[in-house]
Amino acid sequence: MSFFKDLDLRKLPMQLLVASIITLSVSAIGMVELFGGRFVITGLFTMAQILFLGPTAFFAYRAAQEAPEGKKWQGMIKALLLGVGVGLVMVVFVWLAQNLDVRSIFINISPRLINILTFEHAGGATTLFIALVLSALAGGALALVPDKLRNALLVGAGVTLLVGLLSEILAERLRSLFGSQLSSAIIASKALQVVPAAVLFLLVAGISYMRQSGRIGKVGPTLKPSQTKIVRTALISLLLLVLPMLLGSYLTEVTNNIGLFFLMGLGLNIVVGLAGLLDLGYVAFFAIGAYTMAALTSTGHLGLAGISFWVALPICVAVAAMAGFILGMPVLRMRGDYLAIVTLGFGEIIRILALSDLMKPYIGGAQGILNIPKPMVGELALIRPEQMYYVILIGVAIAMFMSTRVRDSQIGRRWMAMREDEDVAEAMGINLVNTKLLAFTIGAGFSGLAGAIFASKLGSIFPHSFNLLISINVLSLIIVGGLGSIPGTLVGAIILVGLPELLREFAEFRWLAYGVLLVTMMLNRPEGFIPSEVIKRELHAGDEAEQAG
Amino acid sequence: MRDRLRKLDFIDLFLWIVRAAIVAVILIGTVKTILSNPYTLRNWEDFIIFGIAQGSMYALIAIGYTLVYGVLQMINFAHGEFFMSGIFASTSAVAIPLARAGYLASHPIPSLLLIALCSILISIAISLLTERIAYRPLRHAPRLMPLITAIGASFFWQYYFRGLFGSQVIPFPDIPQLEGTVPFLHTFVLKSHVLVIFVTLVVLVGLNFFITSTRPGKAIRAVAENKDVAALMGINVNRTISLTFATGAAMAGVAGMLYALVFHQVHFFMGFIPGIKAFTAAVLGGIGSIPGAAVGGLFLGLFESLGPSLFLQSLGIPAFNQLKDVIAFTMLVLVLIFRPQGIVGERLKEKKA
Repeated sequence: MSFFKDLDLRKLPMQLLVASIITLSVSAIGMVELFGGRFVITGLFTMAQILFLGPTAFFAYRAAQEAPEGKKWQGMIKALLLGVGVGLVMVVFVWLAQNLDVRSIFINISPRLINILTFEHAGGATTLFIALVLSALAGGALALVPDKLRNALLVGAGVTLLVGLLSEILAERLRSLFGSQLSSAIIASKALQVVPAAVLFLLVAGISYMRQSGRIGKVGPTLKPSQTKIVRTALISLLLLVLPMLLGSYLTEVTNNIGLFFLMGLGLNIVVGLAGLLDLGYVAFFAIGAYTMAALTSTGHLGLAGISFWVALPICVAVAAMAGFILGMPVLRMRGDYLAIVTLGFGEIIRILALSDLMKPYIGGAQGILNIPKPMVGELALIRPEQMYYVILIGVAIAMFMSTRVRDSQIGRRWMAMREDEDVAEAMGINLVNTKLLAFTIGAGFSGLAGAIFASKLGSIFPHSFNLLISINVLSLIIVGGLGSIPGTLVGAIILVGLPELLREFAEFRWLAYGVLLVTMMLNRPEGFIPSEVIKRELHAGDEAEQAG
Repeated sequence: MRDRLRKLDFIDLFLWIVRAAIVAVILIGTVKTILSNPYTLRNWEDFIIFGIAQGSMYALIAIGYTLVYGVLQMINFAHGEFFMSGIFASTSAVAIPLARAGYLASHPIPSLLLIALCSILISIAISLLTERIAYRPLRHAPRLMPLITAIGASFFWQYYFRGLFGSQVIPFPDIPQLEGTVPFLHTFVLKSHVLVIFVTLVVLVGLNFFITSTRPGKAIRAVAENKDVAALMGINVNRTISLTFATGAAMAGVAGMLYALVFHQVHFFMGFIPGIKAFTAAVLGGIGSIPGAAVGGLFLGLFESLGPSLFLQSLGIPAFNQLKDVIAFTMLVLVLIFRPQGIVGERLKEKKA
């Protein structure tokens, strides 16, 4: 059997184990069932099928990739074995679920799940087995195609998948912009039609392939860099100004949430990304901003002053910044990991106090503060999300301007020096406590601004809106986007706040996904999707040294 | 330089004011309570015993933090999840089926041992997985990074177990033999509390023996002292670190079992608050020190159980029991600010791993 000589299968059992565990897990924790009704392409396949077939394909691809050069066909054997292995595991799982009462323990292993896994027909266990083997082979085959083609195929598939998942909202937009005929031609029953999906896939894959081959160069007249910048800025500003009209009410509301989280992200980016202080109680300043706004403007019985939004806004920012200063003073002399826990403690203390009867006469306890008026422009109250959008846009613009300027200033460089090495920074004459306090204060101010707008946008606030998960959400988005990177923060906010809003089913597994995302980002891409230049250099300094040595 | 001194003085002054304010609150509150004396001696004894029982659990969880910190100088933020995963899974998958079959009522001791064993094993498995996937690859990375993966792992496990067993509060089955009280001195103590305190004592003695007198225990201490030298002495450092995590997780598994016996319920989010409190306990006792963790846990348990009645009530704070967690968290903040080396511990040398 010289054909199988030096076929290296040592890694296969581990890969098989991991692939099986992941496939079993997505089924047993209820993800598959949740996405069972969500077609990506009408009548063809659902998100659930991607979830339980995807891991096998991925690990088959990984296994096949390890095959030695010149013996690529070995990859297909590995992929086949992996597919058969996972297939057997899943068939046993389906059999067990059908014949034993596992549901009393694992609540999500329901008959519906089994229906989805067996492709909704009797004897579907065989179909499941075949599907798993086929997806493993597909994954293995992907390792055989040239890089460029593979990238193009993956980009095409990714974009099609995304469009397919978001098609419910797209359909609504298409209907209101171009009429229902076009909309229903492309999207039917919340999923892409087959033909448009194929066209989209080919188009995106084609463009991606061409771009990699360099066949699509720069389009349009060549401009000087400075001119390009002006044109680009003008185009982006114009787009931002008309965005609510294109998006409609619901999507504008989502955009507003993204904007608020982006605002908080910008602040935390200064604290964590630039100054390197891990703050897990960041939500406290958001809460302080929101409660200050509520207390100052509310027309209910808890309102103190009844002043207008615009007068209250700077006060809220100042109060939150002040709180950052006061809380920062005692804690900023401690080491990084202790700081994380102490700020976490502060966040929790503030939340529990807000809930307690002790503070109830002032901030309403669990009932919160109601009747917070909307911002007024002249006689017009900004009630609709499309109107609120502009308030948030202004806030974001100011915050972006400020954080860019601060980052590029001497203070920004001091923060980064401190992040790299506190001792060296101190030796260079940087006053650590003052510099940290400044970062903490500015970060808190941004968060307070977001909180104040949030309170006014919602019209009423409750302590439950200010839990630890908000801090974790903001932290995740700046890590995913790229620590220290301002465009990265925006991308992070769009991915981590926008997508869960749009994919309602996803909301249940949002925190699970964040956990996975935090770990995988730290392991594989600690600089984030859109890294800041400095962080990238720092994190990969070791690689270069290794290559040089 | 002068400017800087002035600044530091200002912050120090601020810290002294904070200290004075807290001491004043505790003193005034305590004196007022003692003068007005709203509780009987019996009440105080109940508080103390509950405090010891709760403190025992904190002590067991705190040991996990302290062991890992001693070896890796890292705060294992996901430790609360090791505590949760074991008992949450074994309540759903072992205790409830046993209770349904009636075996729990007829044979309480073997069933409890089985539940505890499952809880310990699951906690250990989760801890080993977490260490292998989320911590080991980042052992030489900047300190912020393993902390972030730890937060990620923590959320992952919470919602993973929520997906497996559901988001509702699951009642731990009642064990008739453990209900009721036993006489102790001149008062009565809940049987479950007696069991908790007894088990904790046994486990702590066992752990002490394991760490001080067995070869793996010595390996853990050697690695905590100096990884490179330990490796030169033929100790498998990676395996020893895994063993450290497993030991800590086993303690957390036991603590989970005791938690279920005292509070009669489990929930996917139950690891968060005890986790933070146990971390407080570990810092209180001087992080890195095992006896310190035990003492710190006991102290925190007592303080938390006595505190609200002792000095919050008489200050006229409404619904003072709501602020129980605030006491623990305030203690955490204060200890980390004022005595990060712990109340009993010696000053740690600044380790920059």
